[in-house]
Amino acid sequence: MTKITITDLKQISERNKSTSEKFKASLLVCAGTGCVANKAFIIRDALEKELKEKNLESDYRVIATGCNGFCAQGPLMLVSPEGTLYLNLKLDDVSTIVDEHLINGKPVQDLMYISPVDETRTPKMKDIQFFKQQQLIILRNRGAIDPEQIDDYIGRGGYQALAHALSEMKPNEILNEVKTSGIRGRGGGGFPTGIKWESCISSAKKTDVAPYLVCNADEGDPGAFMDRSIIEADPHSVIEGMAIGAYAIGAKEGFVYIRKEYPLALERLRKAIQQARDYGLLGQKIFDTDFSFDINIHQGAGAFVSGESSALMTAMEGKVGEPHSKYIHTVESGYKGLPTVLNNVETWANIPVIIEKGGKWFSKIGSGDVSESPWKGSSGTKVFSLVGDIANTGLVEVPMGITLEEIVNKIGGGVPEGRQCKAVQTGGPSGGCIPADLLNLPVDFDTLTQAGSMMGSGGLIVMDDSRCMVDVAKYFIDFLVEESCGKCTPCREGLVIIKTILARVTNGLGEPSDLEMLSDISETIKNASLCDLGGSAPNPALSTLKYFKDEYKAHIIDKKCPAGVCKALIQYTISKENCNGCGVCPKHCPEDAISGEKKELHTIDQSKCVKCGICREVCKFDAVEVE
Amino acid sequence: MKTDKVQSIIKKWNGDPNYAIEMLQDIQSEFRYIPKEVIEEISESTGIPRTQLYYLATFYKAFSLKPRGEHEIQVCTGTTCYVKGAFRILESLQRKCGLSDGETTDDLQYTLKYVRCLGCCSLAPVISLDDAIIGKAKSSTIEGLLARKVGEVDTK
Ligand SMILES: Cc1cc2nc3c(=O)[nH]c(=O)nc-3n(C[C@H](O)[C@H](O)[C@H](O)COP(=O)(O)O)c2cc1C
Ligand code: SF4
Ligand code: FES
Repeated sequence: MTKITITDLKQISERNKSTSEKFKASLLVCAGTGCVANKAFIIRDALEKELKEKNLESDYRVIATGCNGFCAQGPLMLVSPEGTLYLNLKLDDVSTIVDEHLINGKPVQDLMYISPVDETRTPKMKDIQFFKQQQLIILRNRGAIDPEQIDDYIGRGGYQALAHALSEMKPNEILNEVKTSGIRGRGGGGFPTGIKWESCISSAKKTDVAPYLVCNADEGDPGAFMDRSIIEADPHSVIEGMAIGAYAIGAKEGFVYIRKEYPLALERLRKAIQQARDYGLLGQKIFDTDFSFDINIHQGAGAFVSGESSALMTAMEGKVGEPHSKYIHTVESGYKGLPTVLNNVETWANIPVIIEKGGKWFSKIGSGDVSESPWKGSSGTKVFSLVGDIANTGLVEVPMGITLEEIVNKIGGGVPEGRQCKAVQTGGPSGGCIPADLLNLPVDFDTLTQAGSMMGSGGLIVMDDSRCMVDVAKYFIDFLVEESCGKCTPCREGLVIIKTILARVTNGLGEPSDLEMLSDISETIKNASLCDLGGSAPNPALSTLKYFKDEYKAHIIDKKCPAGVCKALIQYTISKENCNGCGVCPKHCPEDAISGEKKELHTIDQSKCVKCGICREVCKFDAVEVE
Repeated sequence: MKTDKVQSIIKKWNGDPNYAIEMLQDIQSEFRYIPKEVIEEISESTGIPRTQLYYLATFYKAFSLKPRGEHEIQVCTGTTCYVKGAFRILESLQRKCGLSDGETTDDLQYTLKYVRCLGCCSLAPVISLDDAIIGKAKSSTIEGLLARKVGEVDTK
């Protein structure tokens, strides 16, 4: 293919728009990983077949998009531009939609969103509470384009920011826009991006070398999928951001470090890079200027610590990804010992918008006032993966400074099944659990850190009152023990001690002195570890200890797990009122511990019970109780 | 035969030591483990020290020095799946087939792996069979998977 010019870019955009106007509507089927797992591709194929059979191919087109965000309700389809959203699609629904909606013009009520409040149907996506309060900058193209077609991205204004930057701006003007925007890194640390770029530029100048530029798509936080969704839905936004960044800092070569567990994201990224090269948007003399830049991919092989900046640089050299001392910064000595800028996927995806709309515009969104210093606020929006015990799970993008309560109760639709919200886990293994009574806290970099957690990369895991906070702390510590690289003693040994204490507590063998020991060791690990894995590792334990001390005490003193989770401290029983003797649980019990005649009350033999909880999972009448 | 494959993988990455991890990933998917002879061969052809290759092969969870099964079952033990009951699935697997993390069935059909987050937390608990993801899994889901022949499993 031939290289395109700036004029071509405009033409492609116009052409793409007029193509879509030729159709009566576009049928946007979500093909993010969640929906694909729910058979979205089968739905798409059936839809295409149905349109063909009914000779509607020239009126409607089907587009498989990236993640729409409303993952819990997938597979889903948006009829665009009118905006009707269909949810929980099954194969049979395809012909109903085609016949009733497309042919007869009557949207299908039964497949629309049901409001949990008044059980009415909401036809339009924009009126659904989940979408209403979101503000899309990073996810500006989500669910609206085919991520595998570069023309679709260009049709929505894509690569215009790069064209503008290269033809009308000097590198330091770009840097100034980024600095004015106040944007801070979205990978967890929240370091101001402009300052990072500036120090890299000055170290490169000192040594007179071209710096490198890297995108961190390792996403090791277990319970978060923002970066995956961004790459799957809109890979070109990341590529364009990186190209603009490269121009600003003078890089000629860039890398994306992406984890192996994300095959779909990897495939889409590969295709996108190739398409950008074909158009000459990556490669030599981009838009006939003197600027040349290309991107290559490195695949991670499954290690949380390799997402840390110095470890990631080593991993990219084909070596084991372990952290190094931080007195040398990667902006001075990163990949191959050269100055390197590392930013997160989401940070890069923001850059084109900052250049297009200006740093000032961006700085007004979010919380605090960043006009003097980026440290004085959190500008822009943040993408969160909202999951756990919540009605509307999925991906949301909100302005910084919004409260947790708004995210959980308004956008997320609250905790289902009549349960109470107990805590929200933020920041993954480096973060902590924020208790329900602090949900009025604004979500930004600094507030959550003050509360003993962290905003982190954007995982929000809502937990209801059936979750045990000691068990959650133990979960994270176990994870971190496994993931610690072992290079420094406080993290390697200290975490094992915390793990042992928490195991003791959850097994009912804890002692009152354990609580003090937990805090002491945590402080040492925090202060003496080499990298931030160790530096923040005690947070899950410390935050639960701070907000849920009573629960720890119940385990230690009363030998009870109030939430009914810790096996050594609970008992399963069958309730007289609810059991109708249906006979399902004895069939599933792996230990043959349940007996009882049909239609009569069943009982559990406690000496045989291994507390696997399967009976509770299979009982349709909520008859199995934990105490 | 083996040498041809190994050489073509080395060639794919231009023998560039920076891509040692990628080479090992390709070797792992080709042979389902990292054979000792292959480490020797890569080292000889690329000059990457054997110690470094072994260090990589043992540090990353994606690699194994022992043969893995033809199919890989991954049970997500990421935070969301954990709170949503992933451990129940694991326990029942262990009870039913005696498999725990990283282990392979005797017939070399299945390997079980724990994985921290497959990135579809909205569907928790999640398991995967090779590249297909199965959401809202129950203990019975895996038993069903193991019981049927793989070709019949309706995953797409
Ligand atoms: C143990 C550990 C794991 C990390 N994992 C990631 C990750 O998966 N993705 C990421 O973007 N940043 C991760 N980080 C943060 C990076 O070190 C780095 O700060 C970030 O990629 C910089 O980009 P940003 O400024 O755009 O946020 C991790 C840090 C630590 C200490
Ligand atoms: S703090 Fe932990 S993960 Fe980081 S270098 Fe030390 S041992 Fe490794
Ligand atoms: S925690 Fe299991 S998919 Fe994310």
